[in-house]
Amino acid sequence: MSFILFALAGFLSGVLGGMGMGGGTILIPVLTIFFGVGQHAAQAANIISFLPTSLFALARHRQQGLLRTGGLAVIIIPALISAALFSFIMAALPADMLRRLFGVFLIVLAVKQIADLKKYFSDKKKKNRAQNA
Amino acid sequence: MGSVNFKAALCGFAIGAINGLFGGGGGMVAVPALTNILGYGTKQAHATAIFVIAPLCVIALFGYIFGGYIDMQIVVPTAVGSVAGGFLGAGLLDKIPQTAVRVLFIAVMIAAGIRMAVG
Repeated sequence: MSFILFALAGFLSGVLGGMGMGGGTILIPVLTIFFGVGQHAAQAANIISFLPTSLFALARHRQQGLLRTGGLAVIIIPALISAALFSFIMAALPADMLRRLFGVFLIVLAVKQIADLKKYFSDKKKKNRAQNA
Repeated sequence: MGSVNFKAALCGFAIGAINGLFGGGGGMVAVPALTNILGYGTKQAHATAIFVIAPLCVIALFGYIFGGYIDMQIVVPTAVGSVAGGFLGAGLLDKIPQTAVRVLFIAVMIAAGIRMAVG
């Protein structure tokens, strides 16, 4: 039974992820709030779910010529070091604290998305006005 | 050039920290870093952000393995469901009003965020 529920949660987050909306932000709260999965285990399930999907997405973007990978070492090398460091900090954090931090992170993400939406609408308005003029 | 490299490295560190802590979300910093600092177009930045983040997820996995947090009974069904959903979502991209879905999504994020932060 739980197999089907977990698969459904994955499916829902996959649909959102496929539309480019960050499926993990749905999968992790669904697993922890509704299914009582611990914060660490929910994050682990999300990260592993993301890997195969990201490989498909990368292959598609590469075909479309959207990948520009030259000169990225300056970002990737420090990112790898801090990801290793912070993943061990994550593993050592109590589940309760990690869950609260993740909640704050979700709110920050939501505020960022609201700002993006506002910008999208104001750009659209300007475009319409330019076309009507 | 020096300051561009410094800013890019700093963003890299932040992307890794977010991904290491939360197992995702680094794209929130990666996309603006690629467009604003390295001059990528929006579509290129979104595509390339995945290229930056995927190896971080692999590295971060060690933290979960080390902590004993990998539960195959959860991981296997969510991963299978997620891959299937990913294909459906990519196919739906042009068929569903994106803004409506996004507004709903933001509302769910805020509700879940508050519940998790203070609950």
